[in-house]
Amino acid sequence: MDDFYREFILDHYKNPHNFGELAGATHQYHDTNPLCGDEITMYLKVGVDDRVDEVRFSGKGCAISQASASILTDEVKGKTLDELKAIDRDHVLENLGITLTPARLKCALLSLKALKGSAWGLHEWPGEEAKTS
Amino acid sequence: MALTAARDTATPLDVERIRADFPILSRPAHGKPLVYLDNAATSQKPRAVIDAMSSVYLEHNANIHRGVYEFSERTTALFEGARAKVAKFINAPQTREVIFCRNATEGLNLIMHTWGREHIGAGDVIVTTVLEHHSNFVPWQQLAQQVGAALVVVDIDDDGRLRRDQFTAAMAKRPKLVAITHTSNGLGTITPAKELTAEARAAGALVVIDGAQSVPHAKVDVRDLDCDFLAFSGHKMLAPPGSGVVWGRAAILEKMRPFLYGGDMISRVAVDLTTWNELPWKFEAGTSAYVDAIGLGAAVDYLEAVGMESIHEHERALVAYALPRLLAIPGVTVFGPKTLEDRVGVISFDVSGIHPHDVAQIFDSEGICVRAGHHCNQPLMNRLGTPATTRASFYLYNTFAEIDALVAAIDTAKRLFKV
Repeated sequence: MDDFYREFILDHYKNPHNFGELAGATHQYHDTNPLCGDEITMYLKVGVDDRVDEVRFSGKGCAISQASASILTDEVKGKTLDELKAIDRDHVLENLGITLTPARLKCALLSLKALKGSAWGLHEWPGEEAKTS
Repeated sequence: MALTAARDTATPLDVERIRADFPILSRPAHGKPLVYLDNAATSQKPRAVIDAMSSVYLEHNANIHRGVYEFSERTTALFEGARAKVAKFINAPQTREVIFCRNATEGLNLIMHTWGREHIGAGDVIVTTVLEHHSNFVPWQQLAQQVGAALVVVDIDDDGRLRRDQFTAAMAKRPKLVAITHTSNGLGTITPAKELTAEARAAGALVVIDGAQSVPHAKVDVRDLDCDFLAFSGHKMLAPPGSGVVWGRAAILEKMRPFLYGGDMISRVAVDLTTWNELPWKFEAGTSAYVDAIGLGAAVDYLEAVGMESIHEHERALVAYALPRLLAIPGVTVFGPKTLEDRVGVISFDVSGIHPHDVAQIFDSEGICVRAGHHCNQPLMNRLGTPATTRASFYLYNTFAEIDALVAAIDTAKRLFKV
């Protein structure tokens, strides 16, 4: 367990990087993990050449979901939207560097889902309303 | 009431003997003794239940109600015998009022799709509460939306107890149906179901009680409650998943149209006309989960041999032991009632600075199984102002030492997260 909740994961959880809302965001995507109530909104400010000038995320949830978002957003600045769309899940899991149980994978990957949604210009998962009604 | 007595580990049960009846409890979890505290989600099974089911498969399995040969007759007798045991267990006036279904959810949906669709229309009122599990909330919400009825949701007070004033006010709207839980799966609160039923019936409503969390943990008597329907799940009371029950008054069931159509539920089928089988089979289309029902019969035997009052007493003792110890931990908040009155062995709590998922994961590494999440209780979680809680829920085989382990694991989690 000491291995699972490594120092750097707890640091990111307690003092998340790029945390908060982003005024003037050009791209914004909100998603939840209904199983546990984790919530993340990803904000991007995209400038010339489709490059990300600024990134922020807001939300609440477990250490894994929040640390994962904090670590991921550290990499986003300066990347193009196409580069964001190409980030794969293994990369996110390598960043965390821990073995996750199936139930916790969703926590770890929520931020990637939110990032990709925003990069694709979505606001929420298509059909989300029908799914939760 | 004082929470701690001089001998705060007194219990009417011989727990070590009970534990020996449950093979799974001696299996390690992550190399540590298993501490199973997720009984509100599902219970473990005693050998008597496992044996009752495997003996069907090993000795005389055959489809029920059909064969004229010995195996089928033996299996049918056990299946119908299980129904009689369940009827006696809840003190049903008639055995034919006990309908086997998959679980409480299916039983509640049966009522919604049959009685509900026939009797609830535009402008009618359905009353339910914020304490409900989604299974006794979403069906009524959807029915109300589909037919243009109003759904009135009774709130709780800050201690997690139902707002009686609001309930009484809701009865003035002359609801057609009142759907209430007997015990909250999220908070452990026992509702005054008998009094609520009397009030609701006086207002002309049909009363549906969700007994999923009460029937396994205390003596529930449908004649005493005087409700119209009671639904519960076998898997939460030592029986297998797939062995649910919905009980209803015969006079009402007789007039209801069937829920599912198919084999076994018919009397006569012609090309242009079908007539229905008698109760309870009218509501049991297709081959029932008869082995699971037989398992439920064995579970009822087991629970009755231990004694429902002793089980309830034991769980109260566990809560009395756990509550002051949890409340004494800095940063721990307990949701719901902080006293022993009107509650069962369900404790929902929060550890400040640690998300319930992380709490549960750290517990898991200590061999402790709890539930973290919204517990199919999103309206309640919204009311409590939290997206999720950590929930420990007890049963007859849990020990005071396991609560010590729970308390120690909270300390471990706090140390790890430095909170």
